[in-house]
Amino acid sequence: MNAVLAGFRGFAGYLGGVLGADAYKKYLEHHEASGHTGPPLTEREFWREKTDRQDTNPQGRCC
Amino acid sequence: MGTMPDGTQGDSTHGSMRGASTHATAQLDDGVVPDPSLPPTSVDESVRDAADRTWTPAKIALWAAIALLGGVAWFLLAIVRGETVNAIWFVFASVCTYLIGYRFYSKVIERYLTKPNDRRATPAEYKADGKDYVRTDRNVLFGHHFAAIAGAGPLVGPVIAAQMGYLPGTIWIIIGVVLAGAVQDYLVLFFSMRRGGRSLGQMAREELGVIGGTAALVATLLIMVIIVAILALVVVNALGESPWGVFSVGMTIPIALFMGVYLRFIRPGKVMEVSLIGFVLLMAAIIGGGAVAGTEWGAAFFHLDKVTIAWGLIVYGFIAAILPVWLLLAPRDYLSTFMKIGVIVMLALAIIVVRPEITVPAFSEFAGRDNGPVFSGALFPFLFVTIACGALSGFHALIASGTTPKLIEKERQTRLIGYGGMLMESFVAIMALVAAISIDRGIYFAMNAPVALTGGTVETAAAWVNSLGLSGVNITAGDLAQTAKDVGEQSIVSRSGGAPTLAVGLAHIMQQFIGGTAMMAFWYHFAIMFEALFILTAVDAGTRVARFMLQDSIGNFVPKFKEHSWRPGAWLCTAIMVAAWGAVLLMGVTDPLGGINTLFPLFGIANQLLAAIALSVCLAIAAKRTAPKYLWIVAAPLAFAAVVTITASFYKIFSPVPAVGYFANNAAFTKALADGKTSFGTAKTQAAMEAVVRNTMIQGWLSIVFVVLSIIVIITAVMATIKALRNTAAGLPNAEHEDPAQASRVFAPAGFVPTAAERDLAAAWNQLPAGERLEKSGHH
Repeated sequence: MNAVLAGFRGFAGYLGGVLGADAYKKYLEHHEASGHTGPPLTEREFWREKTDRQDTNPQGRCC
Repeated sequence: MGTMPDGTQGDSTHGSMRGASTHATAQLDDGVVPDPSLPPTSVDESVRDAADRTWTPAKIALWAAIALLGGVAWFLLAIVRGETVNAIWFVFASVCTYLIGYRFYSKVIERYLTKPNDRRATPAEYKADGKDYVRTDRNVLFGHHFAAIAGAGPLVGPVIAAQMGYLPGTIWIIIGVVLAGAVQDYLVLFFSMRRGGRSLGQMAREELGVIGGTAALVATLLIMVIIVAILALVVVNALGESPWGVFSVGMTIPIALFMGVYLRFIRPGKVMEVSLIGFVLLMAAIIGGGAVAGTEWGAAFFHLDKVTIAWGLIVYGFIAAILPVWLLLAPRDYLSTFMKIGVIVMLALAIIVVRPEITVPAFSEFAGRDNGPVFSGALFPFLFVTIACGALSGFHALIASGTTPKLIEKERQTRLIGYGGMLMESFVAIMALVAAISIDRGIYFAMNAPVALTGGTVETAAAWVNSLGLSGVNITAGDLAQTAKDVGEQSIVSRSGGAPTLAVGLAHIMQQFIGGTAMMAFWYHFAIMFEALFILTAVDAGTRVARFMLQDSIGNFVPKFKEHSWRPGAWLCTAIMVAAWGAVLLMGVTDPLGGINTLFPLFGIANQLLAAIALSVCLAIAAKRTAPKYLWIVAAPLAFAAVVTITASFYKIFSPVPAVGYFANNAAFTKALADGKTSFGTAKTQAAMEAVVRNTMIQGWLSIVFVVLSIIVIITAVMATIKALRNTAAGLPNAEHEDPAQASRVFAPAGFVPTAAERDLAAAWNQLPAGERLEKSGHH
């Protein structure tokens, strides 16, 4: 049962990674590792900033 | 394969290998000074070579078995001419060929051409910003890259190409990807990564000079317009006169808006959660669509003709491209990715479980002719442009030089992500082909031929199909009506564009897997829904990307346009791009000759000309870094793509056969008009005849512009290549546009499964105190 649960968690985590759901976690890791100069953005600020940046920096999607 | 060094030993062996392994590559003269306090950032070259070259009996047996199974599968598909062939052999033939291509051919490219060096930091490491440049676990990035490259293209082309039988398409998809498509993706990804994630356009300007670079940019922009227009045409054809489809696809817009608001204001960052909610809502929209279309008002309200839908799509495209990303594009992208992975896994499972019998012949009656009803033109070159995505897709070069190179963790992973990701897309194309050929051939032709041939009703369509004289084909009007009823549509006659055929095939397979005939309508609309979702995302993103390219181009003359946040400029450029693809879309929708049937070749030609441009850039770069005798790795697919697309363009421009040549058709219709005829061929009115004259003229000129631009790019690339080879021969240095090498401070395995040496090295890294190594990238 635990193996099934772990497998499901792993799959969900993978799918989350592919969707980019862990972007904030990675940002915090980077912030931590790069010698911070101030407090990190909050989760809400981070996602706002991320999607607003995409407005001027579009990513292609293929056919 | 011998013992592997642990952390400390690794360091010392590394030093001692310095002299011993210089013959392998020039890697250790790479100008990289690793941090001595860290374990090695790369598996030692000689250790990796030894492991690669050690053939244990188990390894030999495994590869012999793969080769044997693949051989048997190919034999059954290509040589044996039975009544039927089981779909499972398509799976075995493709997967075994991919494995062999990946294990052997991509390693040849790696060894002699790309020569990745894991001691060098990737852009995700030396430009790390926690946002755009982020080291990403290779398996996650594989899925991410795959989701970005694969869309509706590989689902549509193989379906249309099935007119010629299953074998030509199958061979081209599988062999083409191994030798051309995956090579292009891998090389562009690698070269872009070495250049800090620069775009294809920037690389073209650097390597090919102003003329080549400008031609590449203009060609890319035009090609994007054509591709977006024809993808939109596929959606219009799938939704025309389909109340159920219009309702459920239309509902994706409010669902995406809701998700956007949810993520922005209610629970920021809960991407998985909102994707699940969105998925449930999507399913509800599909089921609800059936109920709505079943009511009288629903059927009346959502029953839209194709022209109305096309206008709707144009208005939608403009609004979607100027709305902020968070509101519509980002959430729909989540939905689209979510569906993509789910659908493909499900389709693969269903084909393996159901294993449908295929009755379509290997070569159909149309394989040797140039007047097939679904697309016209002979097998060579038109089959090779009809199937672009899945075998060789130039559009991928824009992705492989966009987001992905900024996320790569280690240089060696580019082979898995670039080459492997494209193999995966090819597999999707094979499954789409299987789904399309699992339906009755009579139904296939009734669905994919233009109204001008089928007459539009079940009776005329059945009579027309039976008159084709196809072996084993005998359908009745009742069969067509019943199929339409099964999938919840009013009619399936002349639903060209590939998507509806794939949806019928998929429904046919899935209902045997889950749900039975009662579920067929659901599966059909499920398939239409996800194809529309992929395409709408591609339309949005394509319009945005094209808008920025246009803004930058105009910005060279009017600097104000370079300011991306300047609203009037953004809106004007968006409007221009939408008008451009909208015009082509409307032309396709109203074309008396059956838009998709005449325009789809243009889509394939455009896509593969882009591939020729990308491969040209790769050739110019490769000439600077490998011996001339290995340049064939790039030159061969480039030559093939160039020959195919230029020949196809020349047919489209110069062929005297009206069904093939745009100008021949134009002349025929012009003459008919001058003679005062009121109907000619499939055009039944004078207005329709004038439309044909107009459309063929535009299509002909588009072909000319594409092919001229591409020839310019190819010539400049060949000149750059010759110059690089001469410089090398004369001992002169070539201009190097790579970012300077910097020492990496991280380690990660290269493939899906780490090798023994990689595991040992990873263990050494794990023993390092947390403070001394960079954080591992997010891993599940």
